[in-house]
Amino acid sequence: MPEVYDVVVIGAGVVGTAVARLLSHHHLEVALLDAGADIGAGTSKANTAILHTGFDATPGSLESRLVARGYALLNDYAPNVGIAIEPLGALLVAWDDEQAASLNASAEKAVANGYRSASLIDAQSVYELEPQLASGARGAMVVPDEFIIDPWSTPLAFAKEAIANGVIWLPNHSVTKLDRSNDITVISTAEQHTLRARCVVNAAGLHSDDVHALFGLAGFTVRPRRGELIVFDKLARSLLSHTILPVPTSHTKGVLVAPTVFGNIMLGPTADDIDDKTATGSTRAGIDALLAKGQRILPALLHEEVTAVYAGLRAATQHSDYQISHDPTLGYVCLGGIRSTGLTASMALAEEALALLQRCGLVATPKASDELRSIRVTNLGEAFARPYQGGSSGAIVCHCERTTSNEIVEACTVAPTATTLDGIRRRTRALSGRCQGFYCSAEVCALAANASGKPMSEWLGNQ
Amino acid sequence: MTAASHSSVDVAIIGGGPAGLSAALALHQLGITNVVVLERETQAGGVPRHTEHLGYGIRDLHRVTTGPRYSAELRKRVEAAGITVRVGTTAVDWLDDTTLQIADATGLSTIAARCVVLATGVRERPRAARLVAGDRGAGIFTTGSLQQLTANHHQRPGKRALIVGAEHVSFSALLTLRHAGCDVVAMVTPLPRHQSYAALRALTAQRHRVPIITDTNVAEIHGRKRVEAVTLTDGQRIECDTVVFTGDWIPDNELARRGGIDIDIASRSPVVDGSWRTNRRGVFAIGNLIHPAETADICALDGRNVANAVAGWMATNNWPTDPLRIVVEHPISWISPGAVQPRAAAALKHFTLRVSEPVADATICVTQNGAVLWRSRRPRRLVPNRSISISASWLTKVDPAGSDINVTLNVGQPHK
Repeated sequence: MPEVYDVVVIGAGVVGTAVARLLSHHHLEVALLDAGADIGAGTSKANTAILHTGFDATPGSLESRLVARGYALLNDYAPNVGIAIEPLGALLVAWDDEQAASLNASAEKAVANGYRSASLIDAQSVYELEPQLASGARGAMVVPDEFIIDPWSTPLAFAKEAIANGVIWLPNHSVTKLDRSNDITVISTAEQHTLRARCVVNAAGLHSDDVHALFGLAGFTVRPRRGELIVFDKLARSLLSHTILPVPTSHTKGVLVAPTVFGNIMLGPTADDIDDKTATGSTRAGIDALLAKGQRILPALLHEEVTAVYAGLRAATQHSDYQISHDPTLGYVCLGGIRSTGLTASMALAEEALALLQRCGLVATPKASDELRSIRVTNLGEAFARPYQGGSSGAIVCHCERTTSNEIVEACTVAPTATTLDGIRRRTRALSGRCQGFYCSAEVCALAANASGKPMSEWLGNQ
Repeated sequence: MTAASHSSVDVAIIGGGPAGLSAALALHQLGITNVVVLERETQAGGVPRHTEHLGYGIRDLHRVTTGPRYSAELRKRVEAAGITVRVGTTAVDWLDDTTLQIADATGLSTIAARCVVLATGVRERPRAARLVAGDRGAGIFTTGSLQQLTANHHQRPGKRALIVGAEHVSFSALLTLRHAGCDVVAMVTPLPRHQSYAALRALTAQRHRVPIITDTNVAEIHGRKRVEAVTLTDGQRIECDTVVFTGDWIPDNELARRGGIDIDIASRSPVVDGSWRTNRRGVFAIGNLIHPAETADICALDGRNVANAVAGWMATNNWPTDPLRIVVEHPISWISPGAVQPRAAAALKHFTLRVSEPVADATICVTQNGAVLWRSRRPRRLVPNRSISISASWLTKVDPAGSDINVTLNVGQPHK
C-alpha cells in the first residue's frame, strides 16, 4: 500500500468501478473504497438494466452527451469481457390520445439527442411486434438500439479489471472526514483507517452529497428515489420480445416491463421520494401499484409466479442533470446525482473523470498495451453459453439458475470476492431463481464456507 | 457433443423422489428394465431425505419410519433391482416428443426415450412469490431450505422463529426448529384454523406452547441485515429473528410447461387423465407434480400405478387424445387427475381434491350434462390444504360423447 495514492475513488458502484478501471490503465497508484462490503452493492445492484440510447435525455445536457458516449463504449466492452447484452430494442407505447400525440415530440427529442434510428408505428404494428400487450395501445415509437444488459457483471468486470491492473480494493471503508493540506487529502473512515491521496473522486452515489459536504462544498442534495421492482418467473419471458417503455414524465422514466438477460421479465420501478438512504425495503403499496400497472400493460404476466421483489434507491437530486464538478485546489472530482442512466454512461463518466483529474494536475501516463492485463467474467446471460453447458464447471448446484459448483467457488475465491450470499447471487445468479433457495441454499452456503474458510453460520447471517 | 453423449431408453423418469423411484421399481417388476431415472440432486430420494421425523412409508412400505430412512429404503430397492439412476443430471429441455436434452457435470447431451414419466415434484412458494413486503435481511427460509440446513449441515437457523402456515408441513418445520434449538414464537395462518391433524396440534400446543394466530397473514418483514420483527395483517408486531414460509405448494412444472403440456390454472399442475397421461404423446406425470402436495407414500403409489399405463402405451402405441376435462367450482380449488378418458379402462381408484376454505357438512357432486353421476355427503369438515379423496367409481357412468364433467360442493344439502 503506497504512502500516498495518486487517486482514491470513493464508491464502488458502476461509476466508481468504471473510473478505477480507466485509472488502472495508467501509471497511477489508485485505491477504490466503498462503505459497504462489496462491489455494486448499493444503488447499482437494483438498476433497471437497460443500455440506454439516451433518446429521451434533455438535449444538450451532460447526461445526453455521456449516455451516448457511454453506450458506444460499453456496447464494445461488454462482449469482450463476458457481460451479457441482448439487442432487443424497446417500444415506447402510447396508451391514450395525449401520449399518442406526444410520440412525435419524443421522436424529435431523440433526433435532438443525436439518435436517428427511432421510428413511429401504428397500433396494429405494435400488436404484430408484441401480441401479448394489453388492448388499447394507440401506437408506439420503436427504439431499436435500447438493449438489455447484465447490471451485476458490469461493475464486477470493471472492478476485476481494475484490481488485475493494480488498483487496491478496500471494502468496508466508510469515509467520515476529508482534510486537504499541502496538496494531499487525508481520508479518514468510520472503521479508523487513514489514507492519503493527491486526488479524490467522489462516486459515492446516494452519499455523493455527504462526501461533497466533507470538503465543505454544497450545490446538490441527494433525495433518494425508491424504485420497487418485481421480477417474474422465466416462464414469463416468452411473453415479450422488446422492452416496453412508458411515455416518460419529467420525474421518472416511469414503469417499464423489460425482459432481463437472466431470462426473466422485470416490472418496475416505482418512484417514491424518501428521506432514508437505507430504506431498501419493498412496500405493500408499491407492490400493489406495480401489479396494477402490469395488468394494464401485459395482463398475462400476472398469471406467472413472482421470483423476486426488491427495491433500489436512485441518487436523485434537485437537479435533473448529473452533478459533475472539479476543484483543482482540493484535487477533487465529483460525479454526483447519477441515476439509472449511470450504468450506460459509466465508461464515459470515467473518461470525464480522468479529464477532470488531469485538469486538477494529475499526470496520467497510459500503460503500454503489453502492460495491461485483460479479464473475463462468467457470462450470466441466457442468450449465451453458460458454464453448465460446457462440462468443465462441476455439477449444477442451483437448479433454477443452473449455477455450477465451480462458479460458487470462484465467486468466493477470485477478487473481488463475494463475502455475502447476495454477493454470490450477483456473481453467479445462484439463489436468485424461482425457488429462492428452497433446494440449494444449504448447499451454496456449504460450498461458500468451504471455499472461503468462513463458517456457514456467518454466510447465513447468524450472530 | 460426442457420439457417446446420445443414449436411448424405453422409459426416462424425470425426478428420483418417492414417485419416480417407485415408478422405476414397478416398471422393473413388469419386465420393463431399460429405464433411466434422472435426478438433478447428488442423491436420489427426494424431499424426505431432509425430514428427520416419523411419518413416512405407511401406505407403501406398510410401516412408519423417518424421511431419511424412507428414502434410503427406496434407494436400496432401486439399487438391488439394478435400475440406472443418474444423479447430478438435469433434464433441460425437449428436443422432440420424448427426447430430452440433459445436463450433467460433463455438459449437455441427449436421451431419446419411448416414454417419459415426469416426477419433478413440488416446492414451497418462497417469500417473494407470496408478495410479502419489507426488508430482505437474513433469516428467511422455506421448510425445504430450513430442513436441508439442519439435517445436512447441522446449522441453527436462528433463535426465535415465526412459522407462516399451519398445515402438515408447518408442523414439520416446527419440529425441525425445536430440534435445532430454535424457539417458535407463533404459527400464522390466514385461515380460521390450522389444517393438520388434531393430535399434532395438541402435541405442539402442550409440549412446545406455540400459539396459532388465525385469520391473519404476514404483512411486512422488518430487519435490514437480519430479521428483527414481522408485522401481521391485523397490525400485530411479532419480534423474531427467523421467518419460515411453509406449504403454499407450487409444482416444479417448468419442464412440463416447456413441453407445451396443459397446466391446471389453480394447482399449476400438468393435467393428466386417469392413466396419468398428459396431452403430450408418450409423456406421463405423477407424484406431487400433479397434486401439490401429498405425503410421500401417496406419491409412491402413483409411481406404482403408472407402470401399467406405461406398459400399455409401450405395447399398443395408443395415446388417446381429447379427454373429458373435470371442471371444479369454488370452494373446490382443484382436482387431480383433472381429466378422464371415458372409454379407457381406468386404473384410477380415487380422485384427490382440495378446497380453498373450510366447509362443514358438504355434499360433493359429480355431474355431466346436468345429470348426477355420483354424490357423497361429508359430515366432517373439509379443510383447506388437506387432501380430500373421492371415489372414481362413477367413471363407468360417464357419457363418452357428453360434455366436460363438473365437480361441485353443495353446502348443507341433505343426503339422499
